[in-house]
Amino acid sequence: MVTLKINEHEIKVAKGTTILDAAKTLSINIPTLCNHQDLCVAGNCRVCVVEQKGARTLVAACAMPVAEGMEILTNSLKVRNARKHIVELLLSEHRADCTKCYKNQKCELQTLANEYSFGEHIFLDLVEDHSYIIDRSSPSFLKDDSKCIRCQRCVRTCAQLQHVSAIAVANKGSHMKISSFHDRPMSHVVCTNCGQCVNRCPTGALTEKTYIDQVWDAIYDPDKHVVVQTAPAVRVALGEDLGFDPGERVTGKMVTALRQLGFDSVLDTDFTADLTIIEEGTELLTRLKKILVEGDNSLALPMFTSCSPGWIKFIEHKYPNMLPNLSTCKSPQQMFGALAKTFYAEKRKIDPSKIVSVSIMPCTAKKYEADRPEMRSSGYKDIDFVLTTRELAVMIKQAGINFMALEDDHYDSIMGTSTGAGVIFGATGGVMEAALRTAYEIVTGRPVPFKNLNIMPVRGMEGVKEATIKIEGTTEEWRFLEGAELKVAIAHGLVNANKIAKAVSTGKASYHFIEIMACPGGCLGGGGQPIPTNAAIRQKRMEAIYSEDMHMDLRKSHENPEIRAIYEEFLEKPNGHKSHKLLHTHYIKRESY
Amino acid sequence: MYNTGNMVKELAEKHGRKRESLMPILQDIVRKHNYLTDDAMVAIASELDISAAEVYGTASFYTFLDTEERGKNIIRVCKTITCSMKGKNDILSTLEDILKIKVGETTPDKMFTLLETNCIGWCHKAPAILINDMPYTDLTPETVIDVVKGYMR
Repeated sequence: MVTLKINEHEIKVAKGTTILDAAKTLSINIPTLCNHQDLCVAGNCRVCVVEQKGARTLVAACAMPVAEGMEILTNSLKVRNARKHIVELLLSEHRADCTKCYKNQKCELQTLANEYSFGEHIFLDLVEDHSYIIDRSSPSFLKDDSKCIRCQRCVRTCAQLQHVSAIAVANKGSHMKISSFHDRPMSHVVCTNCGQCVNRCPTGALTEKTYIDQVWDAIYDPDKHVVVQTAPAVRVALGEDLGFDPGERVTGKMVTALRQLGFDSVLDTDFTADLTIIEEGTELLTRLKKILVEGDNSLALPMFTSCSPGWIKFIEHKYPNMLPNLSTCKSPQQMFGALAKTFYAEKRKIDPSKIVSVSIMPCTAKKYEADRPEMRSSGYKDIDFVLTTRELAVMIKQAGINFMALEDDHYDSIMGTSTGAGVIFGATGGVMEAALRTAYEIVTGRPVPFKNLNIMPVRGMEGVKEATIKIEGTTEEWRFLEGAELKVAIAHGLVNANKIAKAVSTGKASYHFIEIMACPGGCLGGGGQPIPTNAAIRQKRMEAIYSEDMHMDLRKSHENPEIRAIYEEFLEKPNGHKSHKLLHTHYIKRESY
Repeated sequence: MYNTGNMVKELAEKHGRKRESLMPILQDIVRKHNYLTDDAMVAIASELDISAAEVYGTASFYTFLDTEERGKNIIRVCKTITCSMKGKNDILSTLEDILKIKVGETTPDKMFTLLETNCIGWCHKAPAILINDMPYTDLTPETVIDVVKGYMR
């Protein structure tokens, strides 16, 4: 332990703690624009400078570890003046069109500018001297260099959390900028559209591409039937943007709010999550059977999950030789989209051309996924608009709804019934757990041998998780699996996905089934979730997801009555002809830059 | 444009495949070909298992690691204050006239690229230019024509 004084208060903290974190334990706030708990120390923005008694210059609190006997002042005149100048200099290179900015009142730079109330007396506005281009090429997000303060949170996010580095620092001096490879449009580089950078950008330089107005237009159009689906992870995070603490489950309130917004039918992505389990579980078992029993070499093992569009684009760019290992199942969002304009339209006797299909996702990559040209198997664009959790919160605020005071309500039917297995898709390990709950039961006729169906080895925030499930007491059809050990692995965050993909591609790993989620923590830590998102908040959302699962009457996908019904009435059988047409897809090799 | 071929693989064998191998590889390519093509940068990224954006970011930091197509000979006219006071503008306009290009451009036959540079340390013999790695100093509009003509053959 190290003893030091901050603003005359003596404290003891662990060796290696930064001044910034030490000050937090005293509830002293030191502002920062480049520091983020998920990322390495950078010391780029200099906003966190503090005075260290006896030191020649001010020091960056985020980068300086504490030392015995250190005396720190966080609010001396010297610090105040320096910090004010630093923020002024940042503002001089920032296009401050605040009232028109998407991040208005959610911008960390704006908050600091407000705290220091500069008035007219700021440095020269240098923005006009540069020719800035707003990159609108991605369907998921905008990159506006005129608002960038070069804190490099995005660069560190893309490198450390995602192992993508679609963006890096280019040029130098006043020309320095955050750039893709040779400044290509973001839609034409390795960017996975995961939005983790968007979630961490302190200004309006990186923002989701918003479709709020298009959704309002659809809602107000009397000719349109607007259906909305909500992803599992939205219900455990939406509250954060609307007054609740992290970890609050707001499923019922969210349904009420969506109805009040004017959606014609409020449905649940969890339903197609359950459907995904049936399709993907069947696909896995079929692959195992064809490879192990029939010696079919055209199929690949291990099988990777395919729910995460960021992961899909990552593997298309980085490991195109492993595309046959991907499950051909569409993500729950896209299964829902394909069914909304076919099955749902038939059942409700609605002309599918009049249906507008909206999804609320914790994800920015889902906007890109909905735009993929192959996602039109209903004959229309299967999903018309994707909104993030944050955008839904904006709509609820625009509508003047007092979210915290809302009564709970239930999803509509059809395609609104789900199980706990669908809910846990929102957490890392959830798809694996849901798949095992069903696959084990298909093969043995008995539930998975874990207390309360909770398969603890696949849960938690460890980057790469492995588990082995011994299959015993198989039914006649699956006798070839008797005594077999099903080896599974789970990774979240593309940096971890890359570890597994590399191990598989070099033959160093022998798994059967691998779940990959592009974002840290799985969808609950998605790029479209409320800001801030960090380890403590992801933990709270995860606990909420598993608590939601425990409160469900049904917790196995194959027990969902609507799933049984859709196979009887419409799809016929898992992996059948209709399934292949509507619920499965294919992938393409992409460039490596 | 030049063909990347096996060049990057050979350079990676020579300099290694670590992050710190990046600079010597970039320098070797520029020494030979004057600039870095997109293909070369993508190939380096794949050899070193880093992203192409990182290779571009590193290259774009250094003025002498060009990422735009350059001619066989790169003329850099010192634009710093001493050379400016000693007649750099006349030198530059003479070069523009005989090469029929503006600063930043390359001749259609890809023989010359005309650029400006910050101080190259020849203030005592200003005005000065660099052609590739060779400095030419104490220039006048007349002598600079002779210098450039020497590269036209």
